[in-house]
Amino acid sequence: MFIVGLTHYLILAAVLFCCGVFVMMTKRNAIGILMGVELVLNSVNVNFVAFDRYRPGGGFDGQIAALFVIVLAAAEAAVAVAICMNVYKNLNTIDVDRGDALHG
Amino acid sequence: MKTLMRYDKTILAGLLLAAMACCSASAVAQDYPDPKERPERVVEGEAVPQDAYRSEVTPVVESVLFYIFGGALLLSAVGLCICRDVVRMATCLFFTLGSAAVLYLLLGAFFLGAIQLIVYAGGTLILLVFGVMLTNKSPWVRFDCKPAEMIAAAGVAIVLFFGLATMLTTTEWAQSTGEARSTTVAQFGKALLTTYLVPFEVASVMLLVVMIAAAYMARQE
Repeated sequence: MFIVGLTHYLILAAVLFCCGVFVMMTKRNAIGILMGVELVLNSVNVNFVAFDRYRPGGGFDGQIAALFVIVLAAAEAAVAVAICMNVYKNLNTIDVDRGDALHG
Repeated sequence: MKTLMRYDKTILAGLLLAAMACCSASAVAQDYPDPKERPERVVEGEAVPQDAYRSEVTPVVESVLFYIFGGALLLSAVGLCICRDVVRMATCLFFTLGSAAVLYLLLGAFFLGAIQLIVYAGGTLILLVFGVMLTNKSPWVRFDCKPAEMIAAAGVAIVLFFGLATMLTTTEWAQSTGEARSTTVAQFGKALLTTYLVPFEVASVMLLVVMIAAAYMARQE
């Protein structure tokens, strides 16, 4: 039980995922929500690398997948920060509750 | 508590230094082979030996490091949930990303751990902090949600966690009991330019598009 195995890493990633979901649901600051998304992406990466380490057979597909996730996360953060700046320019705040122009 | 709050930046800097020291210690703890023993260059078509960078961390040491950095990861993730100030959230996120990088090192993914620190902690996080600076009149502006929403979100997160934990602990995973297979950068580069060439090219085109899009959207009128 003390020696770590695959399940330890998976549980850790599950906690990280739930923290990210919680942050996304409770924060009203657009940048804060973005940080929640980063947490979720990181939990996925921990899962990928842990499965890659403990799976039988050779190869390192999980690490490659994690590498692409990091690339996509960086791109996503760049676009999202640009969107946040546009929202701030138009609404003078980045409170996501104020961005309800498309609200029916 | 007041005095503790007054020295919070000193404490943070100390924690940061300690984390960096632990990162370097765990990197040094790996037993790298003598460069002279490695083949001069990889012959075309010949697989790089799997044990080129075999990790010499014993299971007990690995477990202790896992509990230390996994604990740091969880603490900083919970701190991210609790903090209401965006700059403090960014600091928590930094510790989360750094601990995750150490976990990657423990799992034998040395290249990924380095990339995590360079791209995530060094690039993405700095971008987020710049976003905070450019979109707030004051860095201490906060928007709070209603307590009822907070409780509902916590309920959803806890239910989600217990569902996931039950699923993860009851499943029998096919797993090898061997030690970490460490991946070399050469293996990474080769795989990216052969097996994963199409995703690699798509990612590079996407990065170009993202660069143009971000510069276009964030421009001054």
